[in-house]
Amino acid sequence: MTTVAGPAAATAEANALPRTKQKSKTKSRQRNAGIRTGISAIIIVLWCLLPFYWMVVTSFRDVGYTFDTTPWFTHFTWDNYATAFSTKLGNHLGQALLNSLFIGACVTIIALLVGTFAAYALARLEFKFKGIVLGLILGASMFPGVALITPLFQLFTNIGWMGTYQALIIPSISFVLPLTVYTLTSFFREMPWDLEEAARIDGCTQAQAFRKIILPLAAPAVFTTAILAFISSWNEYLISSQLSSDATQPVTVAIASFAGSQPHQEPYTAVMAAGTIVTVPLVILVLIFQRRIVAGLTAGGVKG
Amino acid sequence: MSTSNVVAPPGTQNPKSPQLRAGVKKNRRQQGRWALYLILPTLVLLAVVIGYPVVSAIIMSFQKDAGLDPATGLFVQGGFAGFQNYAHWLFQQCAGPNGESITCPPGNLGSQFWNAVFVTFFFTVTTVVLETVLGMWFAFIMNRTFRGRGLVRAAILVPWAIPTAVTAKLWYFIFSVAGIANAVLGAHILWTSDEWASRFAVIIADTWKTTPFMALLILAGLQIIPEEVYEAAKVDGATTWQRFWRVTMPLVKPALLVAVLFRVLDALRIYDLPAILTGGGGGTGNATTTLSILVVDQIRQGFNSASALSTITFILIFLVAFIFVRFLGTNVVRTQEAQQKGAK
Repeated sequence: MTTVAGPAAATAEANALPRTKQKSKTKSRQRNAGIRTGISAIIIVLWCLLPFYWMVVTSFRDVGYTFDTTPWFTHFTWDNYATAFSTKLGNHLGQALLNSLFIGACVTIIALLVGTFAAYALARLEFKFKGIVLGLILGASMFPGVALITPLFQLFTNIGWMGTYQALIIPSISFVLPLTVYTLTSFFREMPWDLEEAARIDGCTQAQAFRKIILPLAAPAVFTTAILAFISSWNEYLISSQLSSDATQPVTVAIASFAGSQPHQEPYTAVMAAGTIVTVPLVILVLIFQRRIVAGLTAGGVKG
Repeated sequence: MSTSNVVAPPGTQNPKSPQLRAGVKKNRRQQGRWALYLILPTLVLLAVVIGYPVVSAIIMSFQKDAGLDPATGLFVQGGFAGFQNYAHWLFQQCAGPNGESITCPPGNLGSQFWNAVFVTFFFTVTTVVLETVLGMWFAFIMNRTFRGRGLVRAAILVPWAIPTAVTAKLWYFIFSVAGIANAVLGAHILWTSDEWASRFAVIIADTWKTTPFMALLILAGLQIIPEEVYEAAKVDGATTWQRFWRVTMPLVKPALLVAVLFRVLDALRIYDLPAILTGGGGGTGNATTTLSILVVDQIRQGFNSASALSTITFILIFLVAFIFVRFLGTNVVRTQEAQQKGAK
């Protein structure tokens, strides 16, 4: 309490003090605040990065030294990455990566194709029940996956779709499409729409204005939304773990059921290697498009 | 929020000149038709992928599960079950040999229901409280100007970007008996098998993974508070503590409530972390069994009973969302519109 109240109390005092003294006091106060901010910042960075760092370090460590606590790279080896991709041991990581890419791409494309139009209408047009439609879509994005899984399990069993790609793509649309519509709507609201009006005055129809003016302008927003949609599809586990087969399972499912080089031993190092493979491209992607992704996350306000 | 020079929405939405106003009525009908065409595909697709399963789950939940009765070993036909499946979960009632209701035998999944409700709500309350407090702290730090702010903003995106399944495996390793967590603490805690330790393992991992999301939403709320408001409070002699409670909190409250609502709804459906980190059980076998895990466990023992449980879960989540919106006045749509206006 005293530390919190301290600097502010100093301000009140400082107001009464002569100018020079006030200046030096303000300076030292600022320096203290700066140090406190700096320490907080370091703690936050370490808390966020250390577990991730530990995964990478362990992924390059010899299996025999799995539990070594040296905080930097020791007993360096690539073996764990070989194990992670070893189909002999029953790890289909390569296939799983392709599956995740394929499923993610299909879901993202479908969601964008359909969702862009809805988002345009929600951001741009005036119509009845707009609030209800927005509420419905937001509600859909918060929908619990377990409520879908039982009937889909039965349906897909009956029609012989268990373990097929479409059985994994269709349920993913249920949460990726609302996310897409919501994020895009927020982005579209912020766009310079007067250009569309100008095009209309120049003789474009609304459809033409949409295609020729708005779509190129909206491309960055659509791109950001595509990344968020892809990530949320890539991260899906619950439904895939129940409806996929060995041939179609995505990486999340593959990693959860990993086999190591030694039987009866938890394959920690190989799992860390697989985790690194799955995560590092995503982290790089996220860091490159950091600004846009943060804008998209907070605009949509929906978990990615 | 980007602060690009956004121009106010033109004509139709905010008619200023008389010529425009005359055309509005016709224009609005036209716009309505356009809107319908544009939104219809989304609504149809959502009806197929969400509406259909939900309706069929509700129908299934009133059907009996066909199969061998575990109590009698006789084959039981399906057919209308009334509220039997719901009673199975809510009151631990099982069907007896002659169709009457008896208390479920021990070991039946039905007896885990209230435990799963407790575990789910316990996770929800603890993780959301932790994530809100930490998220506020993260957001306040990121809202300050200092060298290395970019690094902090980049760093907090890392846990967010890691898939939950990988997060679970990562913490499974950290929390293994010989793992780094015990090494650092100098303890021998059975993080993934002891009853309470496994619950806290899930809570810690979830907090690590999701605090960044919370922090970003709160930060977006903080950024729309103009600096002058703080300056004015400072001039009036408000202490840091007063500025926090009297200025920041009321202004950030709408964004905060939206963030908390999203997190609560998300936490109530938690599956990945406890399922992978503690094998869906932990401790006595159901220390970390959430409602979602229980549904998945039940699927292979009977679709209809699982449907009843998933419907109960859905209704529970819906009720929580309703209470939130009704009593805390969280208006997600309006808050976000306000945020966007603020950014302009």
